[in-house]
Amino acid sequence: MRSSSAFWPALALTAPLVLFLAFAYALPFFGVALWSVTLPEPGLGQYERLVGDPLVQSVFLRTFRICLIVTVIAVACAYAVTYVWVRGSRLQRRLIEICIFVPFWISLLTRAFGWLALLSTRGIVNSSLQALGLTDGPLALVRNEPSVIAGMVHVLIPFAVLPLASAMRTVDERMLLAARGMGASRLRIFWSVFVPLTLPGVIGATLIVFVFSLGFFVTPAILGGGRSIMVAELVYLRMFQSPDWGLGAAISVALVVIVAALMGLLARFARLGLTGGGR
Amino acid sequence: MRIQRPGPVAVVLALLVGVFLLLPLLAVVPISFTPGRLLTLPKGSLSLTHYRTLFENPDWLRSILLSARIGLFTSVLSTTLATSFALGIWMLQPRFSQLLVGFVLLPMIVPPVVSAMTLYFLLTGMSQMSHSIGFDSVVGVTLAHTVMTVPFAVVMVLVALAQLDRRIDLAARGMGASVAQRILHVILPNIAFGVATAALLVFVLSWEEIGVTLFITSVDAITLPRLMWMGLRDNVDPAIAAISVVLIVVTLLILLARMVFQRRPEFEEE
Repeated sequence: MRSSSAFWPALALTAPLVLFLAFAYALPFFGVALWSVTLPEPGLGQYERLVGDPLVQSVFLRTFRICLIVTVIAVACAYAVTYVWVRGSRLQRRLIEICIFVPFWISLLTRAFGWLALLSTRGIVNSSLQALGLTDGPLALVRNEPSVIAGMVHVLIPFAVLPLASAMRTVDERMLLAARGMGASRLRIFWSVFVPLTLPGVIGATLIVFVFSLGFFVTPAILGGGRSIMVAELVYLRMFQSPDWGLGAAISVALVVIVAALMGLLARFARLGLTGGGR
Repeated sequence: MRIQRPGPVAVVLALLVGVFLLLPLLAVVPISFTPGRLLTLPKGSLSLTHYRTLFENPDWLRSILLSARIGLFTSVLSTTLATSFALGIWMLQPRFSQLLVGFVLLPMIVPPVVSAMTLYFLLTGMSQMSHSIGFDSVVGVTLAHTVMTVPFAVVMVLVALAQLDRRIDLAARGMGASVAQRILHVILPNIAFGVATAALLVFVLSWEEIGVTLFITSVDAITLPRLMWMGLRDNVDPAIAAISVVLIVVTLLILLARMVFQRRPEFEEE
């Protein structure tokens, strides 16, 4: 029952933010899209480079590969953590909560720096290994792909926890009870009943983590040390080191298209989860 | 009653992940007490040199103050816009409110680097009107941070509104309260904690923002993360360990304060 009297005031309340974002965000994005077809000269040249240039291609392929690996590891880790967070004892729940949410509030830079402190040539891991006599010289643990993956997984785990937790909380306890009543072992209940029931959450978490990982810039730039460049860093380099705004803009537009496609997929799965899953 | 408790394997795995999550934060602490000028573990003696640098080097102090100021402006602007928007959506609830919410959440979903490029376009355009409002200015950074943080504030306030009992508002309306009275005297007091949390979150997000800030600042508006970035990229400065420890402690204190304040409304409800 909504009265029409509140319609105009309510609309007026939403207007400032909508207008602000229209002018400060949507409009400039079209400007960037315009750059992609006008710089350095009008035409679709930049998009041809996007599919033809071996450097751009290799960066895109590396980005997809790293993001895929990161997504699988992050969702798997998040599943273990969320399982204990949702179903564990009170103490376990509190501990997990601290582990998930304290890093979540800490700046990306601080966390990337933490990895440097751990993994760099004079860092904690190398100096302890040497002190223990396990290695002679420092190992190259940082400024490579595995360290980028570790840093990204670290940032993305909390984002996977939230969709997983909401899926795990809606699991009908009676299903598990029924499985046990029919004599299923604990392991069997977990793999054949619990995991399939939480699958919509897993799919949601996977898509969210993958979408977020695509745009990563700070963590790979610091931990990758300029060797394994990802798409976002390529945009930065094309903007500020070898001014090539057209290509930077074309990559941005391509990223938005990819993300929009993935979000469309997510929306479809979310609807399936609402109507098909649950009960 | 939960029949399926996590078994020992699950608990061990979860704890390993937990350690993985805390490890880089803990690693910063010993490094920050090193007396040397390199990123090493302290050998023998601990030193507070790098903490002293934070107070003595005017660059650090200046960027801390700048970040705090931008964070405050952003927090006020972003939370005000978000609260007004969320109230409108809550009262409106038509079909297209979903579309509106989707639109304002865009900066959260679009890859940050694309937003950075977009805001770079906006601010360089504004610079042509006046240098004090566009690229590399406090106003420019505040505008950009507002764009980037406002979706988070909207989500926070919408969540707070979702928990509000609509009948309170209906009662006020039934007794003839105007829209302004309903908002000021009925709705806002009931979602105050949610709005405050949104303001806090926006401040923290702006205070830490680096992805977009890198694109839109060069020499004047050096925020704290921007200064840290410069120290991290060239040769790693141990002063960053000290500032990191300070940031972690401040964040923990804020989270703790939030928990203390959150207790109360929960008790009142039950």
